[in-house]
Amino acid sequence: MAYMHIGKDFTPPDVPGKVTGRIKYAEDYTREGMVYARLLTSPIPHARVLDIDASEALAMDGVFGILTADDVYPDGEPQSTGLKILTNEPTLVGEPILALAAVDEKTAETAIAAISVTFERLPFVTDPLDSLQPDGADAYNGGNTFVFRQGFAQEKWTADQVASFRAGNEPTAEPQQTVAYGDLEAAFSASSYVYEGTFTNAGYPHMSMEPRSAMAYWEDGKLYLYGGSQSLTAFADGIAGIIGVPKEDLVFINEATGGGFGQRARAGSVPVYAVPAKLSQKINRPVMMRTTREEEFTIGGARQGLTGWIKVGFKPDGVMAACDLWIVSDNGGKGGGADAYSAADCISVLYQADAVRFRGTAIGTNTAHRGAQRGPGQNQIAPIISPILDVAADELGVSRFDIRKINTPMTGDVGGPQRTPFTSAYMPEALDMASAQFGWEERQSRRRQTNGSKVIGLGIGQGYHNAGRSGMDGIVMMGADGRLKVHNGVGNLGTYSYAAVSLAAAEVLKMPWDRVDIITGRTDLHLPITSPQDGSNSIFTNTRTFYGAAQDMLAKMKEIAANELGGAVEDYDISNERVHQIADETIGMSFGEVAAIGIELGGKYTGEAELPEELAEWTQIAANRLAGTGFMGIFHDPRHEGNPPGFTVTCCEIELDKETGKFEILDMISIAEAGTIMHPKGMDNQLVGGAVWGIGLSALERHLYDPQNGIPASTGYWQSKVPTYLDCPLKIDTGWVDLPDPENPVGARGIGEPSQGSVSAALTAAITDALDGHIFGASPITTDMILNHIAGTSEESVPLAQNNFRG
Amino acid sequence: MVATSHDVMPDIELYQPADEATALDLASRLGNEGWLLAGGQDTYGWLKDRNKNPSAMIELTQIDAWKGITETTDGIEIGAVTTLTEISKDPLIQSRYGLLAKAAGVVASPQIRNVGTLGGNLIQDTRCWYYRRGLDCYRAGGNICYADSPEGLNREHALFGASRCVAVSPSDTAPALVALDATMVVSSSNGQREIPARDFFVGPDRDILNMTVLNDGEILTSVKIPNAWENAEFYFEKVADRNVWDFALVNVAAAFRVSGGIISDARIVCGAVECLPRRLEDVEAAIRGQSRSESTANSVAEMATQGARPLNYNHFKVPLMQNLVKRAIRG
Repeated sequence: MAYMHIGKDFTPPDVPGKVTGRIKYAEDYTREGMVYARLLTSPIPHARVLDIDASEALAMDGVFGILTADDVYPDGEPQSTGLKILTNEPTLVGEPILALAAVDEKTAETAIAAISVTFERLPFVTDPLDSLQPDGADAYNGGNTFVFRQGFAQEKWTADQVASFRAGNEPTAEPQQTVAYGDLEAAFSASSYVYEGTFTNAGYPHMSMEPRSAMAYWEDGKLYLYGGSQSLTAFADGIAGIIGVPKEDLVFINEATGGGFGQRARAGSVPVYAVPAKLSQKINRPVMMRTTREEEFTIGGARQGLTGWIKVGFKPDGVMAACDLWIVSDNGGKGGGADAYSAADCISVLYQADAVRFRGTAIGTNTAHRGAQRGPGQNQIAPIISPILDVAADELGVSRFDIRKINTPMTGDVGGPQRTPFTSAYMPEALDMASAQFGWEERQSRRRQTNGSKVIGLGIGQGYHNAGRSGMDGIVMMGADGRLKVHNGVGNLGTYSYAAVSLAAAEVLKMPWDRVDIITGRTDLHLPITSPQDGSNSIFTNTRTFYGAAQDMLAKMKEIAANELGGAVEDYDISNERVHQIADETIGMSFGEVAAIGIELGGKYTGEAELPEELAEWTQIAANRLAGTGFMGIFHDPRHEGNPPGFTVTCCEIELDKETGKFEILDMISIAEAGTIMHPKGMDNQLVGGAVWGIGLSALERHLYDPQNGIPASTGYWQSKVPTYLDCPLKIDTGWVDLPDPENPVGARGIGEPSQGSVSAALTAAITDALDGHIFGASPITTDMILNHIAGTSEESVPLAQNNFRG
Repeated sequence: MVATSHDVMPDIELYQPADEATALDLASRLGNEGWLLAGGQDTYGWLKDRNKNPSAMIELTQIDAWKGITETTDGIEIGAVTTLTEISKDPLIQSRYGLLAKAAGVVASPQIRNVGTLGGNLIQDTRCWYYRRGLDCYRAGGNICYADSPEGLNREHALFGASRCVAVSPSDTAPALVALDATMVVSSSNGQREIPARDFFVGPDRDILNMTVLNDGEILTSVKIPNAWENAEFYFEKVADRNVWDFALVNVAAAFRVSGGIISDARIVCGAVECLPRRLEDVEAAIRGQSRSESTANSVAEMATQGARPLNYNHFKVPLMQNLVKRAIRG
């Protein structure tokens, strides 16, 4: 389909500000009389605060006050999982205990050093399997796990059960969760190759460049809160509840965000923003709270570490007959995450196994908060399952490409334990495109070729994440100047998706892009609710709402034109910012003229009547404040049917040096299958960015806690080992299938998460290939692991342990 | 109690002497309360985290006499405040002492090399994360080593020379300078002394609180490299987790005099395997009179790691060190 905007590159409105440095992040704002808050965080992994003596600090010059958990939870702290604003019951090193405000940060730090906190030390644990031991410590007060609607509970295995699992056997304990479909036993019986083994995924920290700093002040009963987030209205909606301020009295300002990969999508992941808000209220001054890199690590969140056992069966023709997955998840110090289930869901979706069983148990440890970080489970399982497919292919005499093609999901298929149908699925096309552009077949002759100590490895991998939601609201406005104003609550997290989804509205109204204004950046501009901008959903979800809102405006335009100029609504069309009769284009009026008439008419044309009944409360507030101020198009999106998937395929070639354990990525290509492509440059950025993350996940990034004292060992960019430029290939080729999805009005779906998973899968497969099919069953695979394998060296490490130095 | 990250500089006096005498006087007067500041790459983390708490910093970067590269009658002399970028790109060093140019050119990242100095790279403190975290370990004056324990995270720690502490030397230029038979020029208000590079670094058996022989009030002001190894055959390789920024898991610096295909003399030094650069004199002796070849390399590889005592998580350093020594010898 020929589009005016969709599929074409454009300049998002925030680009000049980012290039020149003029755009403002939370720390860039100031306010007259602003003071600075610093956090006192727990130095102990599990403790109870018995006493806080801040008298000396409060007596210092330049100190304005402190905020404690008793201030923010006067009725007692919530007894549940999840981060708290402040706490007297820390369950990880770095959890905020109190905040202090002072004239500057140095004074605040000096004052904090003068505060005496008396802790009662409690037992702690850094590995979920240690906690499962009969005498293992519990991470939480009340147990080591959290049962929905029941509260904290204790989960223990026998020592033999833990030892057996660590020895590589299928866990025999009762899982907390079991989900299954198909006849597993029959499927394994029909298999001619069965792989069985254990695996570990290290935790994977969020580490966004901009730490979770925030500034807040109160004025005329309203709270003005400046912070970075991935979402705008969805985040504001949530943080209003956490702070306890009515939605209509909160103004959340978030012009730009320095990175967000899930942990800044929802307010529950960033309750610390309530600190400057409540401290400001307490001391009656604007408060800026800048968090440190270490705080960003400890409360900024990480993916769960997974410790698992997997059994996969393949039929003689390469069809995946069965997958049996048992995972113990490391839920960290604050609980959270359902990664293990998503790992099983991913295998079911990507490989269409006849029978799948997932069993899982989630156990807390006194380590960093866990939650979102680009792919819940799909990306952790990607580097585990991909080498298994390759070994199966070699064993069965099927090519490594064909085994993926044989098992590929396609339109008409279902996926996941819930057997949900895809809205569309063009994975076969993505595989073919990746193979052709990479020259997969031609490169097979290079496979395992050696040059001195170096050996070539080839890898192919796939990524998946559900990529779309619905049920949100859209608003577009127009004044007598005829400019289209897209009221956009999506949030600017750096991907430009907030701008790309606005193209859908411009497309409907055939508006030139320079006549479109995206209204965003602060909630007092009256923005509709959106889904949190996570889980690859933005493109699918928000093109539906903006398309719908623009369609509503278009219908109203035609109504007005028919009423003013005669004829029926069906007799009218639009072009060149005019509504005109189809039969005679000279009979018509400009958008500005139509808007002016609509404003004069009022009622449904200006949002003063006939609003959609299903609008969210947040949108109702916005619509009511906009009512009567302009010509309005407004829309509530009904729910869609099916699973709109985001898929990627990656191929890579590496050269691994067997003497150093290092490898170089010689070539890499990632192909997206995300329906219609809205913004090619944005898609390219997603694929390349995801590739860098995939390299980190597979080979470098660590999430470490010292078992002796529970302190984190990988809090910064140096110790956590995020990839650098020179760890990545000079060029990462990209491409996309670009076929429309029927459940989206412009055919689009999202792609954020999968771009990491397919790279991780391909890279791990390539390492396995270079090492003659050795399966590490781990991510990351680090230099030391490769060297130990080649040398036949056995470390004295604890098997399946989270938080050992191998990750 | 474990310190947490504060990320704010404390109150501290800053002295910015413009001449040698003033700097040496300050160093003498302030003693261990005077923190020597050059590129700052081993300074700000300590101070902002408040795990080191000196009362003053003495910034050395304004003293021109301690900067630059000078040709001498017996080689070259490099001011200790010369940046690593200058050293790695200096034509004289590149042409005659390429080993040092290579080593300086792989330190950390371009940004760090632009401000980081040779002196700073040589006298930087160990990167043991327990120690850096502010724990009360032996090196911090306590009575425990958290890394050398059954549960210690010690992947990056020592194979050799453990004595209560198992931290390693993090420097890339130190092994190169030991291999080049360099001399460290140390100044104080009492005068100057010259120390062979191999004697400049100390292990925990001699001094568990310091990694060099520098005393309070002394400043490393320059490094002299004799012409003994000028234009020799050199080999430097660093293996780190990442190709930028990281410290070596193991590095090797080697210099060979080869005549008629036969090694007449050699220096082979490994870093990140011991608290000080580890010179492999047995290997050097074994390859003298041998060809610089694969077979020679293979014949001495195991000798390179004789006496190694791996910890729980650093067994991999044994084959890595052997492989790097082999690569150095075969060229």
